[in-house]
Amino acid sequence: MSPPVGRRKMSWATRIEIALLVGPALIVFLAFVIFPVVMAAYYGFFRWQGYGPATDFVGFQNYITILQDPTFLDALRHNGIIVVLSLVLQGPAAIVLALLLNRKMRGQSIIRVLIFVPYVISEVVVGTGWSLMLQSNGALNGMLEKLGLGFLQQDWLSDPNIAMWTLMLIITWKYIGFAVILFLAGLQGIPEELTEAAQIDGASFWQIQRRITLPLLGPTLRIWAFLSIIGSLQLFDLVYIIWGQYIASTAGTSTMATYMVANGRTSGNFGFGNAVAVVLFLISLAVALIYQRFVLRRDTDGALTEKSSK
Amino acid sequence: MTTTAAPTASRPVLRTKFRSKLPWGHPGIYVLAAVVVILMLAPIAYIILGGFRTNAQISTDPSGFPAPWNIGNYIDVLVGSVFWRQVLNSTIAAGTTTIGVVVLGLMASYVIARYKFNARGILYSLFAAGLMFPMTVAITPLYLVIKNLGLMNNLGGIILPQIAFALPTTIIILVPFLRAIPDEIEEAAFIDGCSRLGFFWRMVVPLAVPGVITTGILAFIGSWNGYILPLFILNNEASFTLPLGVQSFASQYSVDTAKVLAFTSLSMIPALIFFSLFERRIVGGLTGAVKG
Repeated sequence: MSPPVGRRKMSWATRIEIALLVGPALIVFLAFVIFPVVMAAYYGFFRWQGYGPATDFVGFQNYITILQDPTFLDALRHNGIIVVLSLVLQGPAAIVLALLLNRKMRGQSIIRVLIFVPYVISEVVVGTGWSLMLQSNGALNGMLEKLGLGFLQQDWLSDPNIAMWTLMLIITWKYIGFAVILFLAGLQGIPEELTEAAQIDGASFWQIQRRITLPLLGPTLRIWAFLSIIGSLQLFDLVYIIWGQYIASTAGTSTMATYMVANGRTSGNFGFGNAVAVVLFLISLAVALIYQRFVLRRDTDGALTEKSSK
Repeated sequence: MTTTAAPTASRPVLRTKFRSKLPWGHPGIYVLAAVVVILMLAPIAYIILGGFRTNAQISTDPSGFPAPWNIGNYIDVLVGSVFWRQVLNSTIAAGTTTIGVVVLGLMASYVIARYKFNARGILYSLFAAGLMFPMTVAITPLYLVIKNLGLMNNLGGIILPQIAFALPTTIIILVPFLRAIPDEIEEAAFIDGCSRLGFFWRMVVPLAVPGVITTGILAFIGSWNGYILPLFILNNEASFTLPLGVQSFASQYSVDTAKVLAFTSLSMIPALIFFSLFERRIVGGLTGAVKG
């Protein structure tokens, strides 16, 4: 980038062009993304039921209530479990699948499409289908009975010892396709010459994957992990659809977002709901910044230096 | 980002692909792939097949096949007006969102990618920061904004926020794409008397088509499947989109499992068709390859 050249050339016509081209996007973005977030921070300091202007200023009371509420702390803990288990369950499985499907072979495109299907289907369909399948007299228990494995039957959704694992199973099923597709995309960026050279040198398939492919896939893996962590922290749809707003906390699957909706909008405490949103945002932001600082740094080095050179 | 590369990079790949048919892989891979695919599709098959059964069949044997096949549930759903009204609502919302995102995103990305001015870095960071504000976080105040704008129970009330929240991804995908257009093309166009805006219409828009299709599909599927925003904004059954419709249908007919399954499987068909039509573009867009 060489900004001085640009600045010299910039005329009023150019400025108007820029304004016309960026303006609409900027206005929509500021009005519906930035403004609501700022307002959340503002309303979070009030006890407010959503009617008229907020007048009952309570300072940090909402935040104190949130952080002392055991149901919120439970939800926070569940989010933490979901973050870790998502990485642990989906990551290795998706890497193995991507490595195997990356070989040039017949049928690879149809296999890719089929693995990606659950990701494309809406959370509501997934949630409705799975909850019918997993209910106590649902298809899974029915099938176990038929296979003579009746002793494995469980209350998959309501037993607090199992519900979290059920949720993780559904999450893995739903989102692993995205990881595989992302990894496959990353793998295609790795030059074939490297693998060919290693093959000539007598390296086995798994040696090549471990020594060459995986390290080169690093940036893709780190981006995926980032998206997965943020997604896990914000998880809402699946839990809300399958467990509803009240059962989630007794089944041990509530998340910060379901807590926010149940205690904010549903109970009419909009000030409190906004405060929960702020907490959720700050936690996500902190995690994202730490991750960027310590994990993503080497990937974004180029991009950042490019920007700061102005 | 790793997911985008110069559009020209794929040419050699394309050539080798058409030169010879792909070889068969190791049988073990196919076995594994088959297991995975069955695991992925079984729940979907359960939903679709369940719609062909009767409630009596489902309660006596929850995991059986339809015997006999019964198309009454599907016909009931297809004959009624509820399903089609929700399909129409979802189509309007997703279509408008997609057009809006693509038009606004392309214009903004063009400026960020190819104009040199001081605020450019800030502008890019601002939009990129939008990735940090997922809809879940902003939903409560967003609901209040929409309410104050008088857009409750109005598809406009979900379209505008959806456009806004899809902009960061769109801009992040499109900017490298537009940057990859060689400067020589731009210079040649200017020498031939093309204005910046003329260059935008004649060169940038056609060259950006692959990136635009990828972002457009992401926006469309995101809107089609969107749940939390319609949940807050649309309370009136007449304005329901499909996800809300499925949920309300499921609670309304909670005893009629077969009908719920029929409704659910019909509601996923449009997204599946749309995805299978553009699957190459989605995967291709992610790899940055220009295919077909």
